[in-house]
Amino acid sequence: MNELIPHFDFYRVLVSPWTTEFATFGWVVLMGFLVATACGLIGNYLILRRMALVGDAISHSILPGLVIGFLLVKSRGTAPMFLGALAAGIVTTVVIEVIHKKSRVKQDAAIGITFTSLFAIGVILISLYASKVDLDQECVLYGEIGNVWMDTPFQLGSVVLGPTSVVRMGAVTLLTLGLIVLFYKELLVSSFDAGLATSLGINATVVHYGLMALLSVVVVSAFESVGAILVIAMLILPGATASLLSQRLPTILALTVLHGGLSSLLGIHLALWLNCSIAGAMVVMGAFLFCLAWIFSPTQGLLRRWIRSRLENPITPPTEAKQA
Amino acid sequence: MNRQRNSRGDVGGEKRKARPGIRRLPAGFSCFKVGIWALVVCAGFAVPAQAAKIGDLAQTNLFEQAIRFFTFQDPAVRYALLGSMLLGVTCGLLGTFIVVRKMALVGDALSHAVLPGVAIGFLWNMTKDPVAIFIGATIAGLIGAAAVTLIKQTTKLKEDSALGLVLASFFAVGICLLTMIQRLPNGNKSGIDKFLFGQAAAISAADVRLMAMVTGLVLVVLVVFYKEFLVTSFDVTFARAAGFPAQVIHYVLMLLLAFAVVIALQAVGVVLVSAMLITPAAAAYLLTDRMSRMLWLSALFGMLAGALGAFSSFLGPNLPTGPFMVLGASTVFVLAFLFGPKHGVVLRWWRQRSRALRTQRENTLKSIYHVLEGREFEGEGVSLLELSERRRETIEEAKAQVQELRRHGLVTLQEEGHLAFLTPSGWQQACAIVRNHRLWELYLTNAAQIAADHVHDDAEKIEHVLGEDVVRELERRLEYATTDPHGRPIPSLGDMRRGSGETARPGDMLGYRKRP
Repeated sequence: MNELIPHFDFYRVLVSPWTTEFATFGWVVLMGFLVATACGLIGNYLILRRMALVGDAISHSILPGLVIGFLLVKSRGTAPMFLGALAAGIVTTVVIEVIHKKSRVKQDAAIGITFTSLFAIGVILISLYASKVDLDQECVLYGEIGNVWMDTPFQLGSVVLGPTSVVRMGAVTLLTLGLIVLFYKELLVSSFDAGLATSLGINATVVHYGLMALLSVVVVSAFESVGAILVIAMLILPGATASLLSQRLPTILALTVLHGGLSSLLGIHLALWLNCSIAGAMVVMGAFLFCLAWIFSPTQGLLRRWIRSRLENPITPPTEAKQA
Repeated sequence: MNRQRNSRGDVGGEKRKARPGIRRLPAGFSCFKVGIWALVVCAGFAVPAQAAKIGDLAQTNLFEQAIRFFTFQDPAVRYALLGSMLLGVTCGLLGTFIVVRKMALVGDALSHAVLPGVAIGFLWNMTKDPVAIFIGATIAGLIGAAAVTLIKQTTKLKEDSALGLVLASFFAVGICLLTMIQRLPNGNKSGIDKFLFGQAAAISAADVRLMAMVTGLVLVVLVVFYKEFLVTSFDVTFARAAGFPAQVIHYVLMLLLAFAVVIALQAVGVVLVSAMLITPAAAAYLLTDRMSRMLWLSALFGMLAGALGAFSSFLGPNLPTGPFMVLGASTVFVLAFLFGPKHGVVLRWWRQRSRALRTQRENTLKSIYHVLEGREFEGEGVSLLELSERRRETIEEAKAQVQELRRHGLVTLQEEGHLAFLTPSGWQQACAIVRNHRLWELYLTNAAQIAADHVHDDAEKIEHVLGEDVVRELERRLEYATTDPHGRPIPSLGDMRRGSGETARPGDMLGYRKRP
């Protein structure tokens, strides 16, 4: 057990990432923050629309698209990756619809069948062409955010902006933010009240597919750093945490960004201490923040509910007290 | 690994270049081959924990590998196959309930949530002790399921968010533990990373024993409590009213589900276990309407997929088992989806198409009858022009339809296809369809009090599906009426017979005007 949890070296864990090794971990923290922010912002709408598991499905099923993109172009270009993944995302949506509409299999089972099959195809392709594909099975699952600083630097004119993947993720984050600000009203209305949205002349189908396309773009760019499964955490955790703390969408969006930044910061320290997967540690810290919000939320936290039930009804045990 | 891949590549090139003299293969190659065989056999008979290496050491000749698989020479193959089939059966059986209860994604969440338990079970005594991992994983899975329920009950978050949240958070904890284990001195050799995508070759005798026990347990529970499971799956309200403990059954199901996920981990891997729960059961669901038959089919499909996955991953080096199993199951599902006898897309499409064609033929026949009736059955030939006017179509369309009738032997054509004569069977069918139509119109006006000008559309649809027995019943109820609400005569059985050759007597003519 002692070997498993290393000695807590104050300097190595808390100081060095900000001083001597800032050139490395600065980029990692920034990347984590960007991924968590982009995913979290769009994740809010997934939660509101009860489509959290569509995020799950898409994050798994873009894998074959990515691999085929790699194999066709034989390089890790941005364009083939995006196109392949986007195509895979569309195939997923269509196949789920076809299974759901043309047979009596319910939607949840249709989602489960589709994304597992596509993911399986992706994994098989990776293991068959292991030497040609710049991905391995573990990376698919939990990403390699720790290597992001080694990426080739991206130059704009003569200015070196930073590692390409970080710059790309930054662009995607800005795009997400911009689109959400631009279409704030449309997204808000169609997420809460589809009927009202239609009567206001907002095309719900267009909003839906736009959101799906944006989701695909975000998931693809996040895939490399956090992998297929941890992306789901990045999508859902910030929004879920924020929704426990506030009822207003602008506040929720702001809290989402805060959650992304905090989980990225805390995660890097946890990962340095325990010497484990950085993306994994970021998600663990995100989940920890969720638990804190769940327990201590001023309006609907477990603690508050418990105190209230004790005050209102001192005799009945709190577990049996009904929600007020 | 790399060394082997290179040597395989070299050998392949050599073979292609020196086709006439295969004997010229370097002697080193056969030594290499023999060595590998020896290693494989040794590994097979050595401690089962080392069987994990089999997949890696495997020779790359597909055919030889296939033969080795089917001769079941080494125990590792037997364990892998047996284990894969057992897990297929268990997952198939339990998946049936998952699918009919619409809990497919609960299975997904549960299967990801077991990962930290696997890691902790491994840490217990730093080996892949099946029992420790089994206990750890089951507990973690149940905690995950409980967390989903708790989040759903105490927050505003909906089920899908709760599932995704628990799934990914537990998985992240597992990933952290896993990467910590791999950093340990002997962690990297432990093969614990095989739990992610599964490696059937890593299944040991102890694993198989555990799997058999769990499968037996699941079978016993399902047989003993079949009725309870059935009732609570389909109608919870009724089950509660009838005094079945629906909640308890739900928890039992979750427990069994956790067991199934855990025994499947070794071969399928954490990530894809949910497919083994959902896909075989969904395929079975497409093929039958009976729960007992669905259970059997699902178990069978699961077993097939398991065997297929174990076989495929054995064919090449470093191939994960889980994805192949999942693809096997998906293939079964696609086949059931396309060719299922009752709900299959292809057969349904075919049935719809043939019904549409028949309907069209019958409508054409009806129009021919109307044309004949319009000129009071004077003369038998109906020209394309008359038909097209009657049907409000172009001559070409009418021609195509008449050709279609000729192919079915319902009309004969003369004057270069411009004049159609009903054959006896064509006459019979035309009469039958008009008779259906008019009887139904009459029935609607008489029995349902619908105005005479509102009954045509309904009759237009139902005329194609009325069976002979229903028509007889209609005739009887309508007291063998001879005219429809619009005053036109309803063809009788006699009219139908009169037109058909065999019973026609000399002097008989078509139609009612000539009726004796």
